Amino acid sequence: MTYHDPSASVFAPPPSTDRAVLEVRDVRVEFPTRRGTLVATDGVSFDIAPGEILGMVGESGAGKSLTGMAIIGLLDPPGRLAAGEIRLEGTRIDDLPPRKRQLIRGRKIGAIFQDPLTSLHPLFTVGAQLTETICFHLGVSAKEGRMRALTLLKEVGIPAADERVDHYPHQFSGGMRQRVVIALALAANPCLVVADEPTTALDVSIQAQITALLKRLCREHGTAVLLVTHDMGVIAETADRVAVMYAGRIVEIGPVLDIIRNPRHPYTRGLMRSIPGLRQRAERLSQIEGAMPRLHAMPDGCAFHPRCPDAGPRCGIARPDLAPVSGATTSAACWLHQGGVSHAAGR
Amino acid sequence: MLAFILRRIANAAVVMLTVALIAFIIFRFIGDPVEMMLNEQATQMQRDALRERLGLNSSAVMQFAKFVTNAVQGDFGISYRNQQDVFTLIMERFPATLELVLVATILSLALGIPFGVITAIHRNSMLAQGLQFLSIVGISLPSFALGILLILVFSVQLGLLPGFGRGEVVDLGFWETGLLTTSGLKALILPSITLALFQITLVMRLVRAEMLETLRTDFIKFARARGLPNRIVHFRHALRNCLMPVITVTGMQIGNLIAFALITETVFQWPGMGLLFIQAVTFVDIPVMAAYLVIVSFIFVALNTVVDMLYVVIDPRLRTQSTAGGGHGA
Repeated sequence: MTYHDPSASVFAPPPSTDRAVLEVRDVRVEFPTRRGTLVATDGVSFDIAPGEILGMVGESGAGKSLTGMAIIGLLDPPGRLAAGEIRLEGTRIDDLPPRKRQLIRGRKIGAIFQDPLTSLHPLFTVGAQLTETICFHLGVSAKEGRMRALTLLKEVGIPAADERVDHYPHQFSGGMRQRVVIALALAANPCLVVADEPTTALDVSIQAQITALLKRLCREHGTAVLLVTHDMGVIAETADRVAVMYAGRIVEIGPVLDIIRNPRHPYTRGLMRSIPGLRQRAERLSQIEGAMPRLHAMPDGCAFHPRCPDAGPRCGIARPDLAPVSGATTSAACWLHQGGVSHAAGR
Repeated sequence: MLAFILRRIANAAVVMLTVALIAFIIFRFIGDPVEMMLNEQATQMQRDALRERLGLNSSAVMQFAKFVTNAVQGDFGISYRNQQDVFTLIMERFPATLELVLVATILSLALGIPFGVITAIHRNSMLAQGLQFLSIVGISLPSFALGILLILVFSVQLGLLPGFGRGEVVDLGFWETGLLTTSGLKALILPSITLALFQITLVMRLVRAEMLETLRTDFIKFARARGLPNRIVHFRHALRNCLMPVITVTGMQIGNLIAFALITETVFQWPGMGLLFIQAVTFVDIPVMAAYLVIVSFIFVALNTVVDMLYVVIDPRLRTQSTAGGGHGA
């Protein structure tokens, strides 16, 4: 069930062990409502190798943030993990009791949220928030915790950290706050960081700095990252591999350069064509016609087929599973690469 | 910071002057003070002498200036009824009221805050539902009814606690306290519960609403994502964020309690300012009423000013310091 060959990735350092740091298998997130159960994500499976950065890209509502939250273990009720398994360093964590799960958060899995303006508690100094996290997870004295807080602030590039450690979040700019959030995520040296749209709320000029920082720190610490974003540019710069989500499922996954250069799934192709490039100037940007289906109105077969330029009769009847594309490093969930779209009895 | 404090104090002074004006108008224009202070057989000579002594012959502005000057020095004139210095009269009663109000306030915070947190965190538990139901009772039950009910049960039927008075008091020279004797403490129980019940429910409902709001914020979610235990997330992070409105309401309610303790004081015959005021109303003892108005207003204004300053202590965002720079680009 391994979907990728890490050595094929362009950026990734060869992983020290074969064991993936995170294994996600057939995860299904549901929202029970009065009018029935809404399935927000289904059959989501992927691995992240130690030190690897996996980008997860998709439109709003594709289920990428929910997948991240399910891994952290903070799905907002009534949302729940209805099926599947999540393993961290080989140990299953999705069925742990809340108290044990809480000890993993922050210690083993760090989190970065979208909006640094609201992620930090406004009434505590950044030093206090860092120290409290460090002391709780690493069991060190307040003094040692503060020392480590200072080191972390310096590491994430806060100028005059000795002075800034006693400042409140409102005294920092947006980019600086996100640096503090990154420091908090890395406070206990976790093996995985789930970064949910870490640059979306920031100024464009600062986005690149933050992604570069995140990438550098995770390389240095050997921390794996699940980078959730809708910005393909961020993925291209940062990630080793990318998973493309559509309507709650992964439709394509593979090394980032291969997917950018040669996308296999029609949705990914549409996504790539809709990104403005430097060379094509006057051209009108292409867009994918239509909108993503709503959760309570999923079409039969492949969820993308109503918008797909290549759809055939088979696509409206049966849903393709994610499978390796022959002759490529990627996997795609599309009949195009699994025997064609025309004959309904293709299997 | 200093400018802020000075501005608040200037504000408070203006409010106090306005209150003094109202008190002065009451004193000067509700009936003729001379008629009220002398008996009917007084001669015209005596009347004129008193009129002169009270300074009623000078202009209204001069009289107001004199009223304010005297009031600042704690001189509110002589009570019509018992011919005593009004300020001394009120100050004798003040400790009783303040002790009652402080105990009630401490009760309301000590019970209201934890109850509010519990009902917010375990919203659907039996305990939370029960507390929510009781809080409706607490908010709707008038305090005199509760007081009478408590007297009936604990004093008359069970005979456990005194139903009236303040018990034995210890005179500390400047303060008569009932907190140091057993009978004084016992006497405090029923009135303080009566006075506190509404406050407890008010604080509880306020904390609950604020907690529910705060628990939905990003920084609480991020605190959980950092793996902090519920205890710290709820009581350190969430509760801290709820304190502002609690302080506002408590500050204003202490003023309210002092002003409106008179109902509880009447029910329990508690020898406080409220009881004095009720007696003053019965006898149209205008100087006492005017002084009561000024003193209670002063307490209100002072508390509000203190609350404003506490905001700054709790919320760093209100401290406008020069170090607060948005100039650092990332």
